[in-house]
Amino acid sequence: MIERQSCSLSQARRLVRELRTPQREALPPPKLRSYVLFRVGLADGYLRFSSPIGPVFVALNTCGISALERAEDASSFEARFRATFGRAIFPLEHDEAPAWTRQIEAALQTGQAPNLPFDLRSCSPFEQAVLYKALMIPRGEVRPYAWVAREIGQPRAVRAVGNALARNPIPLLIPCHRVVRSDYRLGNYSLGGSFNKRALLQAEGVDLALLEQLASRGVRYLGSTTTHVYCFPTCPYARRIAPEHRRPLSSPAEATRLGYRPCQHCRPAPPSGQGPDFAR
Amino acid sequence: MPMSHVDEQTLLQDLLTDPDRFFEQVVLYYEQRLFTFALRLSGSYEEAQEITQDAFVRAYQALTTYSTEQVRNLALRSWLYQIVLNVARNRLRKRQRLPFCISLEEAGSDSAEEPASAPVEEGPEARAEARERLLLLERALLTLPLIYREVVILRHIEGLSYPELARLLNQPVGTVKARVHRGLAQLRQVLVDHHAREVLYD
Repeated sequence: MIERQSCSLSQARRLVRELRTPQREALPPPKLRSYVLFRVGLADGYLRFSSPIGPVFVALNTCGISALERAEDASSFEARFRATFGRAIFPLEHDEAPAWTRQIEAALQTGQAPNLPFDLRSCSPFEQAVLYKALMIPRGEVRPYAWVAREIGQPRAVRAVGNALARNPIPLLIPCHRVVRSDYRLGNYSLGGSFNKRALLQAEGVDLALLEQLASRGVRYLGSTTTHVYCFPTCPYARRIAPEHRRPLSSPAEATRLGYRPCQHCRPAPPSGQGPDFAR
Repeated sequence: MPMSHVDEQTLLQDLLTDPDRFFEQVVLYYEQRLFTFALRLSGSYEEAQEITQDAFVRAYQALTTYSTEQVRNLALRSWLYQIVLNVARNRLRKRQRLPFCISLEEAGSDSAEEPASAPVEEGPEARAEARERLLLLERALLTLPLIYREVVILRHIEGLSYPELARLLNQPVGTVKARVHRGLAQLRQVLVDHHAREVLYD
């Protein structure tokens, strides 16, 4: 029954050529392109996390975290990202993301992001300096815009600092909400206005009522009559001063005149005490 | 979506002006072809996915180090095939000839069990038969040693010319022709040995 016929070479060639027609099962997986672009840094992926102000999208690439936005609508987030950064973006699964992304969840809950990489390529060097300085403000503390300006060596650029923080592409993880006005009024907040800024700071343990009460009396700093060190009121060292040793101060100049030196933790003035009076 | 050489020239021009945007276009145009090529080489969907991804990443890394002159002289299509081939060779060597062990009998046995005089419903029946043929061919191709498989695929499925192939493999045209010939001869032998009549004679 089995007929032994020979199969010529040209027949083999013809048969192989039948494989030229692509088959359905030979289609590349739809995510292949995204992964390639992600791996070479031409596309970002994003993950969804819960945060103190509700769910957020966190966009990231091989350089680090590039953006954070409140998660409302994935497609409009993707469109905004593409318009802002000019890169492709696609949803990542948690198990496909780099290992360091596992710290994001904790960083959002604790407000501390010690080892997370950030991709701030879209920001100017000035903006980057402002954002990295804001990153150093610990949870539970606030600093004035003027402090950030002085610390990055641009003491007159207070308004520019405000603009740079307003353009913070990674709010929450870069805690721009911890930067407030010199009179301790909160100032604006990009992620849902001052209402959210207030809620965030309260959740982090900042005593906003005390700050406002001090500010209404013109008090900007607290000194200790025992150590003769003065601090920003939210500094942990200021909070440890017993009420009877607490000396309200209105400016570094006043503090210096009364023989107080600036705290080395919260740096209300440069350590030398010779710096410009940035409280004006 | 096969790409004409006009498009390739446009892509090369774009690369000179904006490498990053260009590369996204390259991936868009070539992912289907390179993936199919990797699939024919490896015989595994997952493996093909890895090979294609690695190849594109290598291509991008290489492109960022190339001078304008090098980019202008790039034969993009065969250059990309070459990268896929290198990645595939490395990965398949590590896998120790795993895909070569696929047995043709397995593929044949299914169709043999089906009753020969099944009610004929032209459309789907014919399509299933065609798929069976292609599956058998794919398996036969995978039994060839890689050195023959790669040239048979590049020449007869991907349609590269012998000069292109010679440059890609860095071998004389004569050598490449001989390899393709031997590859086809082996393939024929595999098919004959397995009495793959339904494939050979329709």
